[in-house]
Amino acid sequence: MIRIEKVEKSFGKLNILKGIDVEFKAGQVVSVIGHNGSGKTTLIKCILGMVVADKGNIYVDEKNIAGDFRYRENIGYMPQIGHYPENMKIGQIFRMMKDLRKNAVSLDESLMEEYKLSELFEKPMHALSGGTTQKVSASLAFLFNPKVLILDEPTAGLDPLASEILKAKIIEAKSKGKLVIITSHIMSEVEEMADTVMYLYEGKVNFYNSVTELKKQTGEEKVGKAIAKIMKESAHV
Amino acid sequence: MKSLALSCFLLLVSCFFSEAKTIIVCSECKVTQLTTALDLAADFDTILVKKGIYTSVNTEIKKQVVIIGENYPVIDGQEKDEVLVVKADNVILSGLWIKNSKRGSMKDYAGIRVVDSRNVKIINCKLENTFFGIYLANSKNCLISGNHSKGANYGNSDTGNGVQLWKCDSIKIENNHMEGHRDGIYFEFAHFCLIEKNLCEKNFRYGLHFMFSDSDVYRKNTFQNNGTGVAVMYTKNVEMYDNIFRNNWGDAAYGLLLKDISNSIIERNTFTNNTVGVTMEGSNSITFSKNNFASNGYALKVMANCIRDTFMYNNFTANTFDAATNGELRENSFKYNYWDKYEGYDLNRDKIGDIPFRPVSLYSMIIEQMPYAVMLLRSFTVEILNRAEKSIPGIVPETFQDYAPMMKPHSL
Amino acid sequence: MFKIAKYVMYDILRSKVLIAYSLFLLLVSFSLFSMEENSSKSLISLMSVVMIIVPLVSIIFSTTYFYNAYQFIELLVAQPISRSSILLGEFLGVSVSLLTALLIGVGIPVLIYAPDSTGLVLMISGFALTLSFISLAFFSSVAMRDKAKGIGMSLMLWFYFSVIYDGLVLGILFSFNEYPLEKAVIALASFNPIDLGRIIILMKMDISALMGLTGAVYKQFFGSSFGIIYSLSIMLMWIIFPLLIALRIFRKKNL
Repeated sequence: MIRIEKVEKSFGKLNILKGIDVEFKAGQVVSVIGHNGSGKTTLIKCILGMVVADKGNIYVDEKNIAGDFRYRENIGYMPQIGHYPENMKIGQIFRMMKDLRKNAVSLDESLMEEYKLSELFEKPMHALSGGTTQKVSASLAFLFNPKVLILDEPTAGLDPLASEILKAKIIEAKSKGKLVIITSHIMSEVEEMADTVMYLYEGKVNFYNSVTELKKQTGEEKVGKAIAKIMKESAHV
Repeated sequence: MKSLALSCFLLLVSCFFSEAKTIIVCSECKVTQLTTALDLAADFDTILVKKGIYTSVNTEIKKQVVIIGENYPVIDGQEKDEVLVVKADNVILSGLWIKNSKRGSMKDYAGIRVVDSRNVKIINCKLENTFFGIYLANSKNCLISGNHSKGANYGNSDTGNGVQLWKCDSIKIENNHMEGHRDGIYFEFAHFCLIEKNLCEKNFRYGLHFMFSDSDVYRKNTFQNNGTGVAVMYTKNVEMYDNIFRNNWGDAAYGLLLKDISNSIIERNTFTNNTVGVTMEGSNSITFSKNNFASNGYALKVMANCIRDTFMYNNFTANTFDAATNGELRENSFKYNYWDKYEGYDLNRDKIGDIPFRPVSLYSMIIEQMPYAVMLLRSFTVEILNRAEKSIPGIVPETFQDYAPMMKPHSL
Repeated sequence: MFKIAKYVMYDILRSKVLIAYSLFLLLVSFSLFSMEENSSKSLISLMSVVMIIVPLVSIIFSTTYFYNAYQFIELLVAQPISRSSILLGEFLGVSVSLLTALLIGVGIPVLIYAPDSTGLVLMISGFALTLSFISLAFFSSVAMRDKAKGIGMSLMLWFYFSVIYDGLVLGILFSFNEYPLEKAVIALASFNPIDLGRIIILMKMDISALMGLTGAVYKQFFGSSFGIIYSLSIMLMWIIFPLLIALRIFRKKNL
């Protein structure tokens, strides 16, 4: 579904991605983990076209994304911290997004309903709490029923109830054969949702395999401990 | 009405001289041509020309006669030569409609030419399609009054002057209207003349133009919409009062050009909407007072070869540039003028600004030096430069300043 | 693109800055026209104001707006919308808003007091200047990641075109005063949209007579149909060129 080939990216002198080769398939829930600054967000932004890679290619559905924008119809994105036009109200944001993407085939407003956002439609964006903003972001990511979901720290800032709703939604997406890419620091969440783990270390893929394989290799029962072990190993190399 | 009263008077006068008779000219009369009447007439006779068309190719008037037109009879030169030529003293021409003189570069063909004569009066005549209008040569004590001359070939350059004086003395020119000529009024060697209440407009060169014509007085004339304006040269003792110079707008136009003029007075005149109000070259000892300069491109252009000129009690308002010069001025004095661009203050409340005003802006100096800089006209940069120069003067001439600028305009 | 422009306009219309700008222009125009009986004189004064205020407001407003709309742009970039449509949509929205303000603030008074060809040329010049300075604003906003730097750069651009450039021109004219500079001067004017705009208006007014012989040369050039086409296309270049550069940068920009 998504194939990343030898992608490199640097900001000035700072090399963030140093050659990423990886392929994500439909039906996978991939958890991207790594230290702060390991390149997780940059990689996600590369896939989304928000950051243009210096070298290498990214294919979505076997099509190179360079210079293209239509492929984003298949991607729902939930940013780590959502930025929205401050003057607009929640309702206007939703209406505007629908207006801008008139050719979307089917809408999935279930998350919006579960979060009861329609009751807040008249609230301006600048008056929202971080959690509510995240709810808006999550609802927008799922709104157009995309084949790929990219969620950057999805549960950060959400209250436990909202988190659970989102998790259920992610598992539902997986069952529908969608590709879900999540970055998260919370290992219990990785355990709950992810079937594959990708560990980025200093701009390279250090480990990319299924959770079962991860547990087997490290001999650990818990994902958290297994990852911690890998992290330690890579730090020694 | 005026002409009727005058003709009655003239008839009365002619009655006193028993020998003087009146010859009537009309198509049904005994005398049908003006030329025949002139042959029949003796000195002091009156010829009354009734309405009609009369051919007159270079008709010479050698007797002291009075020719009066009734309802503007047309005296037609048929574009063959001059129309009327006066060669006798005391001739009076009145109420005639002179038409169609010849044009050409060989001779200055005129509608009415007066040669070597005295006390000739040309009153209330109309001149149309004549090369020159009224041409006085070597004559004295004449009156040209109430005539209207429309230049030949209206709007074209192939035309002579409305009124031309050459070697004349004590001529009075009043209430005439000159249009569509080369120059409205042109003098060469005309002295002690009075030019009053004339309107010179739409002449393609100058409204008024003279050279070597000392001691003439110009009052209450209007010179407007002329191709170049008014140009006067090589003359002294000129007096100009209450004239209006306006709407002379064009690349090289001005209200009044003074070139080598000296000992003259220019007072209570109005200069409006001219590219340049007054431009002066080599002119000395001229007093400009109580004139109004408004809405001109430049109000004054004073070349550095002008000496001992005085500018007092004038108003300068809404001119793009108040003054321009090409160097330091010597012995010129500016005092008690009102300049609308003056931004000084008056602490002692004597209605005179406490700091001098410099009417020459830095930018006008720059343009004088490098004409291409005109592309920056009205730009923000120029505005800044002018303000900077005003606060710290350095380049504009030190001598070109009004030491006692007025706070409020003079009521003129 | 047009939908984005619609939302941009919707956003700007509520910002009140635009309304203040329109009212300010309206106030200035009406007071200038009512102060002077001769409408062409007022037009000249109005021109001076337009030549300073319109570029300044256009460039600063657009730059600030662009940075304030950064979040909106971020949101859009992750959507299936091309970057060009996003930037052009923003440009279109800002342009329509500022042109409307100019049309209300200057257009209406001109229509009332001086509905002649000079007034029309003033409006065309004002429109062209608005657009080219929005274009320049987009260039500096896209080139500079930091808001303060972007606004600084915009201010510098405005200052350069309003003041410094003309100073340089004076210097050049002074150095080469001995040479025939007619063509050079026309070229020099072309490199500054403000100069070009001002000269087109002055040529339309009688004031060109003031310019003497050199003015006659300009008038001959700018008055001819070739000159009009030339100046309009140069103005168009000043709108398109900075926008194209901005577009190039924006396509590759990391958000």
